[in-house]
Amino acid sequence: MPRATFREEICKGCGHCVVACPVHIISFADRLNAKGYKPATVTEDKMNDCIGCGSCYRMCPDCVITVEK
Amino acid sequence: MAVVFEKPKALIDVSTHYCPGCTHGIIHRLVAEVIDELGIIDKTIGVAPVGCSVLAYNYFACDMFEAAHGRAPACATGIKRTNPDKVVFTYQGDGDLAAIGAAEIVHAAARGEKITTIFVNNCIYGMTGGQMAPTTLPGQRTETSPYGRNVETEGYPIRVSEMLSTLDGAYYVERVSVDTVPNVIKAKKAIKKAFENQLAGKGFSIVEVLSICPTNWGLSPIESMQWLKDNMIPYYPLGVKKDKSIGEVV
Amino acid sequence: MGEKVLMKGNEAIGEAAIRANCAGFFGYPITPQTEVSAYMAKKMPKIGRIFLQAESEVAAINMVYGAAGTGVRCMTSSSSPGISLKAEGISYIAGAELPCVIIDIVRGGPGLGSIQPAQSDYHQVTKGLGHGDYNMPVFAPASIQEMVDLITDAFDIADEYRSPVMVMGDGMMGQMMEPVEFKERPAKVLPEKTWAANGLNGRKEHNVINSLYLEAELLEQHNIHLQKKFKAMKENEVRYELYNCDDECDLIFVAYGTTSRICKSVIGLAAKEGIKLGMVRPITVWPFPTEAFEKTIGKTKNGYLAVEMSCGQMVDDVRAAVLGRKPVEFYGRSGGMIPEPQDILDKVKELVGGAK
Repeated sequence: MPRATFREEICKGCGHCVVACPVHIISFADRLNAKGYKPATVTEDKMNDCIGCGSCYRMCPDCVITVEK
Repeated sequence: MAVVFEKPKALIDVSTHYCPGCTHGIIHRLVAEVIDELGIIDKTIGVAPVGCSVLAYNYFACDMFEAAHGRAPACATGIKRTNPDKVVFTYQGDGDLAAIGAAEIVHAAARGEKITTIFVNNCIYGMTGGQMAPTTLPGQRTETSPYGRNVETEGYPIRVSEMLSTLDGAYYVERVSVDTVPNVIKAKKAIKKAFENQLAGKGFSIVEVLSICPTNWGLSPIESMQWLKDNMIPYYPLGVKKDKSIGEVV
Repeated sequence: MGEKVLMKGNEAIGEAAIRANCAGFFGYPITPQTEVSAYMAKKMPKIGRIFLQAESEVAAINMVYGAAGTGVRCMTSSSSPGISLKAEGISYIAGAELPCVIIDIVRGGPGLGSIQPAQSDYHQVTKGLGHGDYNMPVFAPASIQEMVDLITDAFDIADEYRSPVMVMGDGMMGQMMEPVEFKERPAKVLPEKTWAANGLNGRKEHNVINSLYLEAELLEQHNIHLQKKFKAMKENEVRYELYNCDDECDLIFVAYGTTSRICKSVIGLAAKEGIKLGMVRPITVWPFPTEAFEKTIGKTKNGYLAVEMSCGQMVDDVRAAVLGRKPVEFYGRSGGMIPEPQDILDKVKELVGGAK
């Protein structure tokens, strides 16, 4: 089951991953992280749809995301 | 399950000072991935510019230099000529490379220095707050072209890749972009080639990477990627401008 | 070696650097020191070392920054307008604490000036040359032999202190020919360059060659550290010659380089007229040999006469050393004009009250 894990505390909320994800499972969380941004995240229910393509990883300027397949 | 994508080892695990969505982050990562994949961290020496990426020496895990504004190619020349077995790269923005450093990059290319240059072009001076760059597009508003760049008084932008490709010493010149996933993949291929050339004893290799500056463009990161696609790619066409390896007898 | 060879100053500079194991030379043509580059262009490739003619003096000093940062001995050479161009690079080199040797063969200024000898770079080089709080040792040889010996010392001092070191001659020093002996000397034991950014090679922490400290507290700490270095240089690296000052003099010259040789001949001329003259000859113009004035202040009836090929630059340091205790006067020629012994003697007579 492919998985994208987000280190939400270093996310700057830029949104490139949200746009890049081909299965549209990334969204902004409803809270602020310590940096003051709404971090990108994948909720557990949406994680089932992750295809492990790494598009989110590729577009993230901060290496927030680790992708397992 | 195995990890297929994670932060490269050639990047120090710290948060960067770059603005949200700044493509320096993507480009740093691509360079670091290439260093990891080629297994060259122990012999790589990078030269950081003056500009937003001045602090690149805090982010790359290899030995690093901080050079004076525009002088990175000369600094890299000094490093590489006296240490030919090392892999030397410069990482420069549009002010550093195309304004104050114009002579240094032209002559490093003309001499065919066996170094790799990553040129980050975002049509503006980011660090100092958004002034006009040699790469600013006609009509583009910046702090020092507040009415839009007027080619009559401010001249025309410089297409660095095309210019350098006219030099016999330039071995490989390609312009890429990091605005979409397919372009990021192509950008990485180009950066890898630029480093592999150096390992094969070939020089001079430069990859110009079209990039965004949301903060100084006054756009969101996502809007900025669209602006890049609509405005920069037509003026700065992507693709290989020079590749001496084609048809080369090994 | 043991034998003397007749060499042009500019070529002797190159040979001295080669024998001091200079591994990289980065230069640019400018009169009157172009022969340094030409000599290195011929010799360095033959012994597997690096010679590169850069696209400008700016590029050359930045190549030195790069090579020096990897722990390699390197040198650049230029003349006054080119030295001005290097000011930025030298400031970076000092800030990043990199060892290197810089040769300045001085010509007339300001601006494009002339190609004839001068000593009008004194102010810029003794104040470090670029922006920020720093200094670098500056040697001022008065003969080609001395220049060769000082260049050898310069490489060692540069490594010892992690500092740029300058050897400054005037145009005449570069162009004239004199017999020179390249003496063998045992290699000095110097600290290992563990700070060099020459590739991790298994090292855990990366080395960064840098002069940027965005936090003021950190930059102040760095400056305090640098100042300690300059204090040590002032305590240990001062060099000067006292000539004919053992007994009381009517007047004491202060002169360096070619001018000091002219003053020596004036001392001889004056003696024939019963005027006793001595000379303080700085060999380091930075650190300035203040102690030479302590040693001679009681031995001069009419104070000091600074003689320079400039409109008066070193004389400021003489005044600072003398602190008003005795008169300090100045005689000089500028624009590349060489002071004439008779004119200097006339000035002396003006100050000491005529021939005796």
